[in-house]
Amino acid sequence: MTITGWTLIAAFLVATVLLTPVAGNAMTRVMGASMGAVGRFFRPLEAGLYRLAGIDAAREQSWWGYALAMLVFKLVCFLVVYSFLRLQAHLPLNPLGLGSLTPDLAYNTAISFMTNTNWQSYAGETTMSYLSQMAALTVQNFTSAAAGIAIAFAVFRGFARGSAKTIGNFWVDLTRITLYVLVPGSVVLALFLVWQGVPQTFSNSIAVTTLEGAHQTIAVGPVASQEAIKMLGTNGGGFFNTNSAHPFENPTPLTNFIEMLAIFVIGGGLTSAFGRMVGDRRQGWAVFSVMAALFVVGVAVTYWAEGHANPAFAALGVDPGLGNMEGKETRFGIAASSLFATVTTDASCGAVNAMHESFLPLGGMVPLVNMMLGEVIFGGVGSGMYGFLLFAVVSVFIAGLMVGRTPEYLGKKIEAREIKMTMLGILVPPMMILTMTAIAIVVAPGTSAMSASGPHGFTEVLYEYTSAGANNGSAFSGLTANSFWNITLGITMMIGRFFVIIPALALAGSLAAKKTVAPSVGTFPTHGGLFIGLVIGVILIVGGLTFLPALALGPIVEHLAMGAGTLY
Amino acid sequence: MLRELRPALVLFLFLSVVTGVLYPLAITGAASVLFPRQAGGSLVLVDGKPVGSELIGQNFTSPRYFHPRPSATSGPDPVDASKSGPLPYNAAASVGSNLGPTSKSLVDRVTASVAALRAENPEALREGLAIPADLVTTSGSGLDPDISPQAARFQVSRIAAARKLPEERVHDLILRMTQAPLAGVLGEPRINVLRLNLALDAMK
Repeated sequence: MTITGWTLIAAFLVATVLLTPVAGNAMTRVMGASMGAVGRFFRPLEAGLYRLAGIDAAREQSWWGYALAMLVFKLVCFLVVYSFLRLQAHLPLNPLGLGSLTPDLAYNTAISFMTNTNWQSYAGETTMSYLSQMAALTVQNFTSAAAGIAIAFAVFRGFARGSAKTIGNFWVDLTRITLYVLVPGSVVLALFLVWQGVPQTFSNSIAVTTLEGAHQTIAVGPVASQEAIKMLGTNGGGFFNTNSAHPFENPTPLTNFIEMLAIFVIGGGLTSAFGRMVGDRRQGWAVFSVMAALFVVGVAVTYWAEGHANPAFAALGVDPGLGNMEGKETRFGIAASSLFATVTTDASCGAVNAMHESFLPLGGMVPLVNMMLGEVIFGGVGSGMYGFLLFAVVSVFIAGLMVGRTPEYLGKKIEAREIKMTMLGILVPPMMILTMTAIAIVVAPGTSAMSASGPHGFTEVLYEYTSAGANNGSAFSGLTANSFWNITLGITMMIGRFFVIIPALALAGSLAAKKTVAPSVGTFPTHGGLFIGLVIGVILIVGGLTFLPALALGPIVEHLAMGAGTLY
Repeated sequence: MLRELRPALVLFLFLSVVTGVLYPLAITGAASVLFPRQAGGSLVLVDGKPVGSELIGQNFTSPRYFHPRPSATSGPDPVDASKSGPLPYNAAASVGSNLGPTSKSLVDRVTASVAALRAENPEALREGLAIPADLVTTSGSGLDPDISPQAARFQVSRIAAARKLPEERVHDLILRMTQAPLAGVLGEPRINVLRLNLALDAMK
């Protein structure tokens, strides 16, 4: 660990704090009525699109109507992506002549991109044609992110409104987020990335003859355009197999810093948008503080763990000074790799700039724990915020139980129906993760895919299902997914996505219908240190009680084995 | 549900055209005008012919050149293309080793790398230099273009002897080619191996 490393982490946190209100203000304006001069130009065009699509922009939807619209849209997404991938060999823009995908792989990939998980069961440069990368996958990067943000705003409206039947119009929210937030943001980011060295071309791979006379084939492609939205939309599905570790996806330490900021900017901004929507910005900063505190703890532990060299290497006379460099890039080193691993798993992004599988046991445990906590530390765009609000509701409920009053959050009474929906959203994904892990480690098609044995092999399996259930998409990539994995991970991703979205929308609908009550002296304030501490406690206790036994079997045992010099 | 089908289809089509076609084409167009070199893969030309990409590492094996880090990439066997085997720095199929810290294969591989480094650089060991960690570990991408300054210094005696150059000149070259962290914070001190070897070839 070095001063430079800690300075990097501090600089990143400061940059995130500064960007949060800017992004929050921009998104709130886009989703609201006022867009100033830009709005006067674009809103008529928007109206034309709605006429064509048969959308009445003025008519809002109930929570169920909103959910139904979202589900129909997702079904269309799934069917189109699946067809594109199955027919790839017969479609244009395929300079390498890559074949079509098998049914289970196409199914897994379609779900993975539609649910904003972007877990990749394939190696990009040797599987996907340029057309598939752009027209199938990049579209999902935009729309799955936009859908997540739309749902977050629908949930905010549930808190902000009183005695209302509706929570917004899904089609309008989806369109505005895509056109006014994600597209402009991606254009700027993509051009920045090209400037720094990320390729953007439709030409074939490049063949070169090296100084020693050897031949090297270098894969290129329209990388920058996909890379930008991959970060901004917390998608994480890379153009290349090794994702943001690949020098063409993440060429310099500066791109690395900006890519990490891009992962957090919308998730952070939504905390501010939440505060603005409910009319009390301190509420947004309280949420931000919980997330920031959990983030800082995570990055500190990872950086500390990865700063150590593998003890088995030190015994061979290798200089331990650089830390655990297996699976890491020289230009990033330990600090920027640890920071990236924490950011990408806090935020449900799943891009990686170092191979998490090769982290030391405790260093690799932090990304795993971040995902297990429900992806609520900034979280995926939108999903982090609505997931977080579920934990906030549980926290005020517990506080209410302790003092014997009906709990309230932002002037809304939290009653039986709200708690039922909240618990459904909090408990279903972990149940899926643990059940699927338990099945996979006892059936032959599950275990045959593992690349490691011993506790590390177990962690590999646990990591995959956690990543899928939390819609993260990063991997312990040693595992070679077969059709068993493609199918079970597909199911896990779908449940992990929709069994949080639907309860969250139901919660929003039921809150919107309630009267807003004015705070009294007995109201538990939800903008102060006590609330922040309580939510942190609830998140850690729920995650800890659920997953501690599984962690003990995986990374914790492996850490002890490494100390004892045991190899597998 | 059927009532939602029309908006779903029309919006999907519209957003696909905007984000899946117009957006990447616009970026490609703008990139080819603003940053043509980077958009095409940052190729390094010698006498007008590409010898590699500045951003993608390549596998130097001659004692006259600085060697990069080990790479976990594989590819078709050069003799029999139907077989696949280790092909370090295969930039058509990036991959990391994905070996965990308690993996026997990993420790065996590092043991072999350490032995090879000791055999290739006896002078460095006699000077008491420790084995640099990056020279025995594979990178995440398998295509790392850089090595640490320690890794470069470790190879100086071998290169100076092979090229019959005074060691100080090679040390000076390393100092000159070392990239410091941007603004003192971003990135680690590092040296681009291809650039370093090109500079080495240019030395009289």
